[in-house]
Amino acid sequence: MPPIISRGFRGRRDDAPPGRVPPGQYVTRDFPVLSAGPTPHTQLERWSFTISGEVDEPRRWTWEEFRALPAEEVTTDIHCVTKWSKLDTVWQGVRVDTLLEGIDTSAEYTVAFSDGGYTTNVPLEDLTGGKAWVAFRYGGEPLEPQHGGPARMLVPHLYFWKSAKWVRGLRLTVADEPGFWETNGYHNYGDPWREQRYWGD
Amino acid sequence: MEGTTVLGRLIWQPADVTGAVAETPRAKTIAFEVPGWAGHRAGQHVDVRLTAEDGYQAERSYSIASAPDGTRVELTVVRIADGEVSPYLTDGLQRGDQIELRGPVGGYFVWEPPLGGPLLLVAGGSGAAPLMAMIRLRAAAGSDVDTRLLLSSRGWDDIIYREELERLNGNGLTVVHTLTVSQPPGWAGYARRVDAEMLAEVGPGPAERPRVYICGPTPFVEAAAQALVHLGHQPEAIKTERFGPTGS
Repeated sequence: MPPIISRGFRGRRDDAPPGRVPPGQYVTRDFPVLSAGPTPHTQLERWSFTISGEVDEPRRWTWEEFRALPAEEVTTDIHCVTKWSKLDTVWQGVRVDTLLEGIDTSAEYTVAFSDGGYTTNVPLEDLTGGKAWVAFRYGGEPLEPQHGGPARMLVPHLYFWKSAKWVRGLRLTVADEPGFWETNGYHNYGDPWREQRYWGD
Repeated sequence: MEGTTVLGRLIWQPADVTGAVAETPRAKTIAFEVPGWAGHRAGQHVDVRLTAEDGYQAERSYSIASAPDGTRVELTVVRIADGEVSPYLTDGLQRGDQIELRGPVGGYFVWEPPLGGPLLLVAGGSGAAPLMAMIRLRAAAGSDVDTRLLLSSRGWDDIIYREELERLNGNGLTVVHTLTVSQPPGWAGYARRVDAEMLAEVGPGPAERPRVYICGPTPFVEAAAQALVHLGHQPEAIKTERFGPTGS
């Protein structure tokens, strides 16, 4: 069925460069917040990052150890399933590749887990090859709690709910295990360019 | 993506405008008839899509304000002066017009009578919309579950659903207003932003283990959720829905 034309509707037409904004998205200069519950405030001395699941030995970093890992600056566009996209956001983070170095696993999937109980599933191959980071700075400043600080996942090629806030680790899994939003109506994979917002998209 | 309908896929559906009511100077509730609407749960939202004559499209999400009621869906839309979609919805739509909806969406920020209570609903401005769906469903189902609504508005004329809330008040529902910017003469209610002391007075307290739903602009939700955690409510019992920019 062809779309219904809204008489007199023109739209704002963002001045975004063509090809930068996925279907159904609009560009915002703000940084809106979406989360399902209260913002956790975890003290750095109690923070750690763990890689567990299908590994011989779980790996764990304290905040100090994590911050001693090589980090890089990433400039990328991000796309939230609630329709906003934000262009040229600047982050600093540790590549997931760096965290997985030397780990031998038969896992093909991951579940990111967070303070507050949030989880989200991402195929392992979507986190490797320089496609994903554990980010701890945004816009040159330490990442604010409401945006996921002290550290959040940054998986910019998927809708932004896949970039888990307040992340505390990755569980490597053999089977795909849908996470929090994925069991609440949202798409299991979440590719913004294929507009995979909801179940069945 | 076009073509065969896959089970469970949310398709764009035509929605006929059947009426509109001004709630406040800036907010309007628009009623739609959606043929084939499969129903929704109180607290869910829909995506709205507008298409310009040259094919340009814009999509936005809006909470459903109406209780489940056949093929009828009501959205409360606040007109944002420089918004792309909201001024068209509040000013451009007329009875008989059609737009496209897709939904319902979201299985988390929902309440249904079997979940029981007590309930603590905290809303900032038009954040009352999904909570109103819960309150309306509660009334329609004849539920008398202990429910407190704390609604923060700028002034008396900015209170959405004011008269209906007055009618529904009682029978286990307690409606409490706070007016943060201006108050009518003789106002004896709260006249400040929502804080821990106010939330403690409105109750129910943590010992009663209420299900908490908070909806509003991000700074409002942050403050209310943080205050409730501070009072001893379990973070897992607090569900939030936020809209708008952070201002940062």
